[in-house]
Amino acid sequence: MSRLSGQTPGWPQDPASDHPAAKSDPALLRLHDFTVSLPGPVPIVRGLELSVGRGEALGIVGESGCGKSVTWLAALRLLGRNVTTGGEVLLEGRDIGRLSERDLARVRGGRIALIFQDPSSALNPVQRIGTQLTDVLCQHRGLGGEAARREALRLLDRVGIADGPRRLRQYPHEFSGGMNQRVMIALALAGEPDVLVADEPTTALDATIQAQVLDLIRDIRRETGMALILISHDIGVVGDLCDRIAVMYAGRIVETAATRDLLTRPRHPYTQGLLAALPTLDGPRRRLTPIPGTVPAPAAIPPGCAFAPRCPIAISRCERELPELTLAAQDQRAACLRLGEPVAFPGAPVPAALASEPAGVPA
Amino acid sequence: MTVLLDVRDLARAYPVSTAGGVRRTLHAVDGVSFSLERGRTLGIVGESGCGKSTTAKLTLGLLPATRGQITFEGSPVTAERDRHWRALRRRMQIVHQDPLAALDRRLPVGQQVMEPLVIHGLEANAGAQRQKALALFDAVGLRPDLFERFPHELSGGQRQRVVLARALVLDPALLVCDEPISALDVSVAAQVINLMQDLQMRFGTAYLFISHDLKVVRQVADEVAVMYLGRIVEQGPPDALFHAPAHPYTEALVSAVPTPLRGTQGRIILKGDPPNPVDRPSGCAFHPRCPRAVARCRDEAPALKRVADGRLGACHLVADAPAAAVA
Repeated sequence: MSRLSGQTPGWPQDPASDHPAAKSDPALLRLHDFTVSLPGPVPIVRGLELSVGRGEALGIVGESGCGKSVTWLAALRLLGRNVTTGGEVLLEGRDIGRLSERDLARVRGGRIALIFQDPSSALNPVQRIGTQLTDVLCQHRGLGGEAARREALRLLDRVGIADGPRRLRQYPHEFSGGMNQRVMIALALAGEPDVLVADEPTTALDATIQAQVLDLIRDIRRETGMALILISHDIGVVGDLCDRIAVMYAGRIVETAATRDLLTRPRHPYTQGLLAALPTLDGPRRRLTPIPGTVPAPAAIPPGCAFAPRCPIAISRCERELPELTLAAQDQRAACLRLGEPVAFPGAPVPAALASEPAGVPA
Repeated sequence: MTVLLDVRDLARAYPVSTAGGVRRTLHAVDGVSFSLERGRTLGIVGESGCGKSTTAKLTLGLLPATRGQITFEGSPVTAERDRHWRALRRRMQIVHQDPLAALDRRLPVGQQVMEPLVIHGLEANAGAQRQKALALFDAVGLRPDLFERFPHELSGGQRQRVVLARALVLDPALLVCDEPISALDVSVAAQVINLMQDLQMRFGTAYLFISHDLKVVRQVADEVAVMYLGRIVEQGPPDALFHAPAHPYTEALVSAVPTPLRGTQGRIILKGDPPNPVDRPSGCAFHPRCPRAVARCRDEAPALKRVADGRLGACHLVADAPAAAVA
């Protein structure tokens, strides 16, 4: 603690402070050429470029095994020694990958908070909720005693848990799943983070409880201006809460755009396929258009575009060349060599630029 | 159309002891009635603990009912593990959520698809059984070279296809599907949904389709029943229910479906958690969370009755405010 006095709370002295990007970078958190490899070495995340602005809500969607969760766990060095990472994780332009364990511990929870899918396994089952909350308040805010208790009560109230004094004395098993996720959110808020990474925060919850938790996250963001990285397999959840969406496939980002653009005129064949494969609650019932085949295993990712074997408009070049993210429309980037080709999946939303072409939708 | 399955006033209660050691009764399913025609699909939706999976197990005779009758192809379904029960197994099958848990990890998947034929002594010999299993492999879109593979060698979608092949190899009239696609990824889920629809067309199998996912249920079901705390609160055609819900709980469920670009206006966020079935609220079980509850809802349980457009609803307010007023 004393070593840090006089600095911005949570900002340890680090040799990277003279990083050239430190002052000019408008992004709050940026991953640059970020890779994650398992021993082998099997790369599971490859050359990722992603940034989140201050106060922005970024959604990350993809199917299981695409690397959407691993990216953020690895970025915060939470995956142990067997996992190696490459590239940079820049928080306000400074690489947190170069921080010592001790300094990184202050960033985790203090600047970047995480919540997970299953709140009851993320909480300590043998500690009272109050103890877990005051621990975080002591660690990241230096609060103790009555001050910590008052703040813990305020946080519980903020996340919509009534009867705080009694709840603080209870254990996680005495809470329902939705209540435990509220406790997780309270824990995340305790460090007053700049960005919350929420990994499938509502997947284990029932529909009406999911709506409550999403509503709570929305409210808190409006109040605190905290940025959000929401990881989910459910494009509905992400589209509901986020300003911008990044779609991941086989360890890479294949498309990123503002939510409305991504959902109404997706440019990458995989995004188009995902949207065509979803049943809807409105509109006429139509037969779903599945994406043929399955996601490749990390050890067997094709050399070119990883989606090429499943892509209806792939050409032989797609099997050899790795496409980079390129500008497809204003503020919309997609990693596809066949950008501008007609919509690949019947039933998928048609990009406005292509809608007028008569041969737009193949039979 | 002929009625394949008829369920009347089905109930299942469990004795439980609460924290203080007090003996209580948990009504998991509390008076459920529905019928299902041949080759049709009835979807059951609801949140965890509403009794939808218990209803599935009761329907199949896997659990004894506390009360009520189940009639399947004209004869009663009981949970006695006797000859009658075993004969029923040929006609009704179940598909679970997690295909890896439903399959034997040490047996090649082809053997597992043949196994029901062996158990029931169907087909002349092992060769014919193998032929039949291969025919089902073909029907569910599995390559024959996967016949000798083990479950861990297959993808999630392929495993669920194996489970479907195994369930359909006996040519059942009823397939109970308990969250059959919840464990699958989006692109694969669409494959399995389409496959299930194709198989229904081809074999004329009726589905009792249980899911928490309203969008999936709308895609597959001819009729939907919404359950809350062990009872059906609304039942009717999916588009009627989801586009103009009559019951406030259905309305909240529909409102809770995350829909991009909708905005937050008019969204219904229910307060609190679903109550513990041990402490079922008096009157209408939904009244403590219902945004429109009136005094009567607290004292008097509404019966499931036919409302304006022919659907069924269990709400005191439905008669006063028919579906048209909500739409």
